[in-house]
Formats: sequence, C-alpha cells, structure tokens
Amino acid sequence: MISALWVMVGISLLLGAVLGYSAIKFKVEGNPLVEKIDAVLPQTQCGQCGFPGCKPYAEAIAKGEADINKCPPGGEDGIRKLAELLGVDYKPFGEGAGPKAKAVAFIDEQTCIGCTLCLQACPVDAIAGAAKQMHTIIASECTGCELCVAPCPVDCISMVGLPESIQTWKWPYPVYALAQPQTPTREMPKS
Amino acid sequence: MRTLDHFHGGIHPAEHKLESSELPSRIAPLPSLLILPLHQHIGAGAKVQVQAGDHVLKGQLLASAQGMVSAAIHAPTSGTVTAVQPHTVPHPSQLPGLCVHIEPDGKDQWIDHAPLEYRAIPKSELLAKLREAGIVGLGGATFPTHVKYSLATDQRIQTLVINGAECEPWITTDDRLMRERAAEIVRGIEVLRHLAEPAETLIGIEDNKPQAIAAMRAACAGSDIEIVTIPTLYPSGGEKQLIKILTGKEVPSGGRPTGIGVACSNVATAYAIHRFVDHGEPLISRQMTVTGNVRTPQNIEVLIGTPLEELVRLAEPLPGATGYILGGPMMGVHIDDLRLPVVKGSNCIIVKSAKLFPPAEPAMPCIRCARCAAACPADLQPQELHWFSKARDFGKTQEYSLFDCIECGACAYVCPSHIPLVQYFRFAKSEIWQRERETQAAEIARERHEFRMERIEREKREKAERLALKEKAATAAKPAAPIAAPVMINPDADPDDTLQMRIDAAMTRAKEQAATAQPRNTENLTPQQQAKVAEIEARRAKFSELASNAGADDESSKKS
Amino acid sequence: MMWSSPFVTQATSVSQIMLRVLLALIPGIAMYVWFFGPAVLVSITLASITALATEAAMLKLRNRPLKPFLTDNSALITAWLLALSLPALAPWWLVVVGTAFAIAVSKHLYGGLGNNPFNPAMIGYAVLIISFPAHMTHWLTPHGLGGIELSFAQQLDYIFGGILPSGLTLDALTMATPLDTLKTQLHLGLSVGDIREMPIYGRLAGHGSEMVAIAYAIGGIYLLYTRVINWLIPTTYLVTLFVIAGIFHLADPVHYAAPLFHWFAGAAMLGAFFIFTDPVGGSTTFRGRIIYAAGAALITFLIRTFGSFPDGVAFAALLMNICVPLIDIWTQPKVFGKKGGGK
Repeated sequence: MISALWVMVGISLLLGAVLGYSAIKFKVEGNPLVEKIDAVLPQTQCGQCGFPGCKPYAEAIAKGEADINKCPPGGEDGIRKLAELLGVDYKPFGEGAGPKAKAVAFIDEQTCIGCTLCLQACPVDAIAGAAKQMHTIIASECTGCELCVAPCPVDCISMVGLPESIQTWKWPYPVYALAQPQTPTREMPKS
Repeated sequence: MRTLDHFHGGIHPAEHKLESSELPSRIAPLPSLLILPLHQHIGAGAKVQVQAGDHVLKGQLLASAQGMVSAAIHAPTSGTVTAVQPHTVPHPSQLPGLCVHIEPDGKDQWIDHAPLEYRAIPKSELLAKLREAGIVGLGGATFPTHVKYSLATDQRIQTLVINGAECEPWITTDDRLMRERAAEIVRGIEVLRHLAEPAETLIGIEDNKPQAIAAMRAACAGSDIEIVTIPTLYPSGGEKQLIKILTGKEVPSGGRPTGIGVACSNVATAYAIHRFVDHGEPLISRQMTVTGNVRTPQNIEVLIGTPLEELVRLAEPLPGATGYILGGPMMGVHIDDLRLPVVKGSNCIIVKSAKLFPPAEPAMPCIRCARCAAACPADLQPQELHWFSKARDFGKTQEYSLFDCIECGACAYVCPSHIPLVQYFRFAKSEIWQRERETQAAEIARERHEFRMERIEREKREKAERLALKEKAATAAKPAAPIAAPVMINPDADPDDTLQMRIDAAMTRAKEQAATAQPRNTENLTPQQQAKVAEIEARRAKFSELASNAGADDESSKKS
Repeated sequence: MMWSSPFVTQATSVSQIMLRVLLALIPGIAMYVWFFGPAVLVSITLASITALATEAAMLKLRNRPLKPFLTDNSALITAWLLALSLPALAPWWLVVVGTAFAIAVSKHLYGGLGNNPFNPAMIGYAVLIISFPAHMTHWLTPHGLGGIELSFAQQLDYIFGGILPSGLTLDALTMATPLDTLKTQLHLGLSVGDIREMPIYGRLAGHGSEMVAIAYAIGGIYLLYTRVINWLIPTTYLVTLFVIAGIFHLADPVHYAAPLFHWFAGAAMLGAFFIFTDPVGGSTTFRGRIIYAAGAALITFLIRTFGSFPDGVAFAALLMNICVPLIDIWTQPKVFGKKGGGK
C-alpha cells in the first residue's frame, strides 16, 4: 500500500517536472492565436464586425469577447475555418447579416469634388488622388468594404459588382436530383 | 525493338475513329466572318494591335504576345477588322472574352512573308520568332512552344517525344495529318530537334493507326527518328503518360518534362512549325475533325477564327443534334452555341445526338468499388477525392493530390454509379484557386492596411513634433490644434478648418452643378438602399468612435 | 445546363453489378436446396420481401427517391446473404427481424447505399446470433445421412407456425454444424482425425455443406471472370486462411483441422467471394485489400479455433470493416510523379 502510494507520488512528481520544464522550454511568445485568426479573416478592414479592422476583431475573438459569425465578407467558409481553428461549433450568420456579392467601389468622376474624405476612410489606401483633384479607386486593391461610400459629401461613390470573368469562373458544384438531398449542402453545418 | 513501359490504369472506350479517318481531308472555304479570341493559349492573353476599321492582310499581326508565356495572334485572311469586342469563346463557362472580328474581303491576300533559314540564326532568335508566329502546342493544352523549348543553360534534352498517339475517341486529325503530310511533319520535327538537340527522337503512335505509322516510317526512313508503336489505351496521348510509356520516366508532380530531360510536342505542332519555317506562315489554320451526327464525318483544314457553324455545315449535319462537343468526348467541352470560333486548341467538333451520346444517367451514391482508382492513369484515389470534394473538404483533396489529376475522365467513364467525378474535381480545383486568389488579396490588403496605420502614426508624430517646435518658438499663447487630426494623403495640406470650408464651398458648387446638370444616382433611393446607407453610416460612426478612442488611448499613453 | 466531360460512360451500372452477384449466388442456393430442402427458399423470399419493404420505408422516411434505390439490387444482396447465413429452419420472425435490422439500422441510419461502414447482412447475423443464439443452431441434417427429412409443407408449418410433425422434436431434426461439432468433440478429448470419421463429415468438410461451399466458389469464379469483384481479396483471404490453418495443422494435427477443412467448412467460401468483397465497407487500395483480407482470414481462424462462436466469418467481416478507414489512410498508393523523384 505504502509502496504503491510512493510510486504514484513519484510518477506525479516526475510528470509535473516534465510539464513544468516543457512550459518553460516550449514557451510561445506573444499570442499566435490572434495571428492565426487574423490570417483567416479577409482583411477587408470594413468594420462590419463592429471592430475597427480585422486585427482588432481577431484579438476580440481570441479573448472570447466576440462571436465568430460577425464577418460577412469572410462568408460561411470563413466562419467554418474559424470554428475549426478555435474548436467551436459552426454558427450561422444572424438575420440579414449574410455575405454580399463581391463588389468594388466606383467614383463618379463627374461629381467628385476632390475633398479627400474618402481617401481618409479607405483602410487600404486604394483611392488615388489629392486635394481638389479627381479621385479614382484602384479597383485591384479595393476590398469592397464600403467605408468610403458614407463619407462622400456628394455621394459620388457607388459599389459596383464584379462581373464573372473566364479567369474567375468556377466550375459549379455537381448537382443532380437523384441521390442528393435537395437542400444545398452549404446550409448544413459540418459536423 | 524498344521495350515499352506502361502507366497505371487506362481504359478502352469505343474508338469511333473510322467514321472520319478514311476520307481525305479538305480545305474549308473562306468563312463569312472570323472571330479571333485574344486568349487562345495558356498564359497571358495577347495584346491587341489593331482597331475597328483597320484593313489587315493575311498573316498580319493582330495581337502581340505579352509576357513570357504568351503567343501572338494573326489575321487568318485579308479583310477588315469590324470590331474588337467581347464574344463568347470556347470555354466551359461559355463566357465572353475579347475577340478581334474580321470580315474577309475574299482576296485572301498575304502579307509579305518568307521562309526562315532557322539554322543560320541563334536559337534565342528562333524561339522569339516562334513566339511572334503564335505557335502553341496543338495537342490541346496550347502551351506556347517557345516556352517549352527555352531551356536553361544546364538543361539537356535526352529524348524528344513527338506525340502522335491521339488516344481520344472520335478524333482523327493527327491520324490524317500523319498520313497526308508525313514529310512536312518531319520537317517540323527537324526544327524541334535543332532546338532541343535530343539524343533520341521518338514518335509515339497508337497501334490503331497503321497507315499513319507506315506513312511516318516512310518519311523518317534514313533519319534517326524512331517511330514507336504503342498499344491503344486511353489516355496514352497524355503528355506524362506518353513519356512514361516511351521512356519509363515519370514527370515529377508539378514539374515539367524538360526537368527530366524530355521535351514533348504534338505532330500538329510540328506541322505548324514546318509551315512557319518553310513558308513563313504564322499559325492561322489547323486541322479539325468534324464528326458525330453528320452525314460525312471528315477532317477539314480550317482558318482559326472560323465560326464552328460554318465548319459543321461542311460535313452536312443530320437532324437530331442535341448539342456539340468541342474536343473529344473524354476531355472536350460541351457547347450549345455554334457561333463560337475555332481556336488554336480546337482539334475536333462532335455533333451530339441522343443516340450517339445518350444523356448522362442519374448519379447513384459511390459504393467504393474503386474501379476509378483502377482506371486512374495518375495513380490517384478518385473515390476518396470525390468524397472530399463533395464535402468541400478542400484541404483533404490537396492531401490526396487533387492537382495531379489530369482530368482525363477515365474515372467517370468506368464509374458504375455514373458520378460526374471530373466535375467534382474541377469544382474543387476552381474553389481552391479562388481561395488562393482571396488569400493573396487578403495578404495584400493586410499589408496595405498595416502600412497605412504606420503612416498615420508617423504623420501624427511628425505633426506633434512640429507643433511642439512651433509652441517653443512662439511665445504668444495659441490654442493647440486638435490632437486626433484626420490625415491627408498630401502632408502639406491645409489644416482642418480650412479644409472644411473648402469642402463646403465645393459642395455648394457641386450642388449647383447637380441642380443644373444630370440627376445624381443617389436620388430616388429605394427604401432598401436608404437602409443600406443608414447602416453604413451607423457602422462608420461606430468605427470612427472606436478608432478615435483607440487613438486617444495611444496619445495619452505616449504622453504619460 | 452545365456539362462536364467525359460525355461517354461504360454501360455497367450499380444495379447490374449487384444483379451479377445475385446470379452468382444461385449455384450455391441450388446446392443448399438439394442438401437441406427448400426451406431456405422460404427464408430468402421472406428476407427479400422484408429487405425491399424496409428499404422503401427508410427511403420514404429519409425523403429519398424510391425507384433508383429499390432497383439497385443492393437490398436483395443483403437479404440473400443473411438468409444463407441463417439455419434453413429459422422461424419467420427471425429472418424478418434480422433483415429489417440490417437494412434499417446498419444501412440507412448510416446514410444508405454506399455509406454503411459495416456489411449490413453481417450486422443482421451478428444481432441474431447474440440475441437468439438458440434459434441460430438449428441446422437441418443434410440429405443423404439417413436422418429424418421434413416435407416442404412440414417445413412451412414450422417456419410460420412453429409446429413440428407430432412425435418429432427439433433436436431430432437438426444437428450442430460441422465446425461446431469439431469444437465440441475436441473439448471432449477426441482427435481431429477421429472426429472427421463421424458421418456428418464429407471428403473436405461437412457432408453437404462442402458441396454448397464449392458451389459458392463456382459463383465466385464467375464474379472474378466478369470482373465484378477484385481478385485480390478472395485470393488473399483463402491463401492466408490456408497458411494459418496449415501451420497449426502441421504443428499439431491432432487438435487442428486441415486447411482444406477451413476452406470448405462454414461460411469461408461465401465470405471470400461474397462478403469480404462487398466494396462499401472494404478497403480500396492494393495493399489495403491485402491487409483487410489477411486480417479477416486471421480473425476467422482465431474465432473458429479458439472462440466460442461456431464460425468467425461474420465477426471477421465486421472487425475488419472497423479497421478499413485506418487501413486506407495507411496504404495510399504513391501518385504518378511522386515516386521517389520519378525514377
């Protein structure tokens, strides 16, 4: 009996020592979780999540202060990836908060007065121009965050949907009525 | 006799080659219209060099290659450019791409051209000329030929493989070409031999084409080009599979044949090269099989850009067409619209009928019989890939080597459950590509955002320093500027209040302008649009509030 | 409409494949009827009706189309295999319960055709042998041993009403299977040689049942010939069983039966050609199939020789079914162009 106790105590001590050692030896600097979450987020910096940018949202998720379904531009795939990363359940978007079709901002250069307000709003510096000069969206850099739309005093910015091109065209998911349930699989959370 | 290797799997679909292989090929008459897509090859699209109204001569450059992996496009006949505008192109998406439209003038007048004394010029110059002549691989992949033969200085080609296998059912263009133009093909092969300097040259031809084999043997008599008869087995005409059969070497996953000392070109490409070096003609026409539900299936030499409609008409289509296949039945593209043009990669047009191509049977669940795995020439496990593609588990599809799939269709051909496996794989591939594009875009956006934050920070700091200096210099007390000032692209811009005044002035001007000029797009908003604007406003307000809070925190921490 | 190549397919379909499997079972069934009377036909009919009815009900519940799945013949295979694994004189409810469980629980609750991790027929068998062990031992005495043989009408009376002709007991009509007898007699201290002298044994294994096994093998060869099943699994299974049994037999012929006995006794042949070759729960890779079949043979031998159940084929199938996902992950073949730098 006593010897068994000693053995147990010895094992606990040993394992404790190993754990303690590895905690020091393999200590991870910083919080890599934030980086990992940030890497999943689409970097539109749109603030639709209620945080000023993707990084702050990532930090909030890491702290457990924010839900994973607050990022419409990331789409359902984004939620799924976050769920997988954090080991939590998939959570669909709330009512009416789903992702929108990809779009880029477009400045009507006839109406633009060159006020630079949109330049200040753009989180990724995708608007070229200077004071009193016409502004133009650099479409390839635009993340479609819509943050420039509201500040414009003359409402010359509109969001333009991206047309499908041969380069971005995707093969559709094979749908055949027979063996598949009629509901698209996208709506079913992955278990 | 050469000992042949073999690849894993393979299938024997019904050949249907005799329908079109026995008639001599003919030359199509001049079409009424030519439509030339600018993107007919793998790589970057060509850059258009003409505009509507231009008169062009046969062989004149319409669009030049841009970038390394690209090829030029030429006018297939003389005529007038009527438009440079989008038109549906032969692609599974059936989406439009930019095309040069030419109305032939009927004169078929050549631009000045002359044979090329290719042995007298450096190889790099010859390669550049092939690029300018728009020569691409005509076996189907349309990989620019000059790229394939641009070898690094340390690369040596051991074997030049000429692909005459033509393993897809129905197609007989290479067969006919080898029977009728064997000597010309060999002239083209000589150019490739000059470029690659291979130790051996092998022409692989499936044993279901005895006449083509005989013709090529005769044409190669006396040279050290070897004709190798290979067993008929789909997809032995796949580049990697043919190389494996002939040399026993496997092109590494993701690699190119040149990496293992092999170069591979199609017989039709060799023929196109012959036309260029011996006649000075760029790639403006090709051979195509017209077959299926037509009265006289045959091979036709056709100008690139000819509407398929006019081509199919030559073979007298029979009633009951249920669509068309551009290419072969194993790897081709289904099209409904015959107004699409012939492109460099088109080798066959099959008119479908319900009898020849019965509609696909409904798909049953996979029963894991693994017949697909037994048929796969890339040693993949299609049943697993199907499972993961279906579940959209794209990471797993990549683990199971999705991108080594050559989309040959052997798996879907043997599947007793009639699952459209290839479409699943194509779906998964394009989803992965899109995700990669998105990741890249996100990466760029992140960098730009971080750069911006840094810049704002720096400007704030500089401004604070300037202010501090000013305060020191001037003894007169002056109200301090607000700390969290908005930042401008132009660092020398005016302070805020003046800016605000200017904006106001500009707005009044703009309003006046708008009142007199056309209405703005923001008037008459629908309730939804208004709601949207309101939502954005609210978000923006919250955003700036949060941002300024954060900024204020930063400021205070810095000051303390 | 979106179409993806290829636009041609081979004519074979799932229902044809399954139909061929059913055809291949017919010689075995014929032999079965010859030696044990027509009662098995009643079991097969009962099982088939139950299977189709359960399949239809489950498809309805799962909101799936009926026609393609009722005509795919897979439910019939489950029904036939289960009926052939049961004693011919099984009461009707035994057949119905087993089949219904096999189709409803082990097939449809896992997602229907193609998604069942376990062989449904073997699940049905396992459920029955655990739940109703007594009813699973009433094997009729084969024809030609001079035992009492019931007429077809009498068999029907028993199957549906549990009524035996007056003066007869079940024990007088039935006997233990050759595998069972071997096990019991070995425990009683007899040698394999002595036991094999008993009248219930034939040239290879059990009298009558060995002929059924041979007929199964003939059906299996038809399946191999028509390429319905892959040759690797039956070959590996039989060879492994032969080798293991052979080693034990050579080491101790008094206590271990000959390898050929193992081949032709019990459900080994049925298993080799019809059960382990079920693709759904089986391994799909080359090396995986070898491991799968060899493992099945090992488990069959171990249960037969050292276990308490008379035969081990069903449990071998189920135990190896569990291992298949792991086996498949382990044995992924090298992809073209990834074979050690391409030679």
